[in-house]
Amino acid sequence: MPQPDVEAIAEQVFVALADPSRRAILASLAAGGPATATDLAARLPITRQAVAKHLALLTEAGLLTAEPGERRRVRYRVRSAPMQVAQQFLAALARDWDDRLGALKGHLDRNAGAKEE
Amino acid sequence: MAFPDRIERTVEIAQPPAKVWAALTTAEGLSAWFGQQATIDLRPGGSASMSFGGGHTADMRVERVEEPTVFGFTWHIYGLPESDPRRTYVEFTLEPVDKGTRLTVVESGFAQLPEDAYRTAYEGNTQGWASELGELVDYLDAAA
Repeated sequence: MPQPDVEAIAEQVFVALADPSRRAILASLAAGGPATATDLAARLPITRQAVAKHLALLTEAGLLTAEPGERRRVRYRVRSAPMQVAQQFLAALARDWDDRLGALKGHLDRNAGAKEE
Repeated sequence: MAFPDRIERTVEIAQPPAKVWAALTTAEGLSAWFGQQATIDLRPGGSASMSFGGGHTADMRVERVEEPTVFGFTWHIYGLPESDPRRTYVEFTLEPVDKGTRLTVVESGFAQLPEDAYRTAYEGNTQGWASELGELVDYLDAAA
């Protein structure tokens, strides 16, 4: 099995999220469930042509799945797997051991000052 | 590789290892600096938990207990669904030094993926439940 390239997967998610129109599309699909390009264009301040372009890009990147159906009625849904990989990247950034170890040091110093043995 | 798999920090604390060990491995110690409330069953395989502000809790599984030098546990990766089996491993190493204790913490496993994640993350147009439900809807529509 090839070594999973988590960085490449995370990068695709972050590239997708860097664009406000794509963020709006992903947010709308996450909030409201699967929708067609027409639904999204009606819901968002984005032209249908631009919606279609972004949907193609997001599907290509593996962030959306196009459900089978007649062309104009194809519904798109969010795929969570790549998002979870990106979440791991964010989790590493958010762990904040610096603050925690600072708190531990502070706790032990205070304790030592309070009851000297 | 830019994806951080491992976080490592070292601090020196002006307290003997026994004091630092107690702060890391007792409910009283953990609740004083880490969580708001803590419980811990200090043995390999034992469970521990901490609660934080906002109702968030962390469940840990104790993995290594070598008093007073190594304490390790695994915990869930924050932000992933509860059902996700991936966990990171946190290991504290205590080393006596002149002025007290050198404490090192290593948390690793952020870049791990489960066996089938590569396939899952890249597999184009996964059918899955969406199409199953679509078929059910079609079937019911046809029957109506």
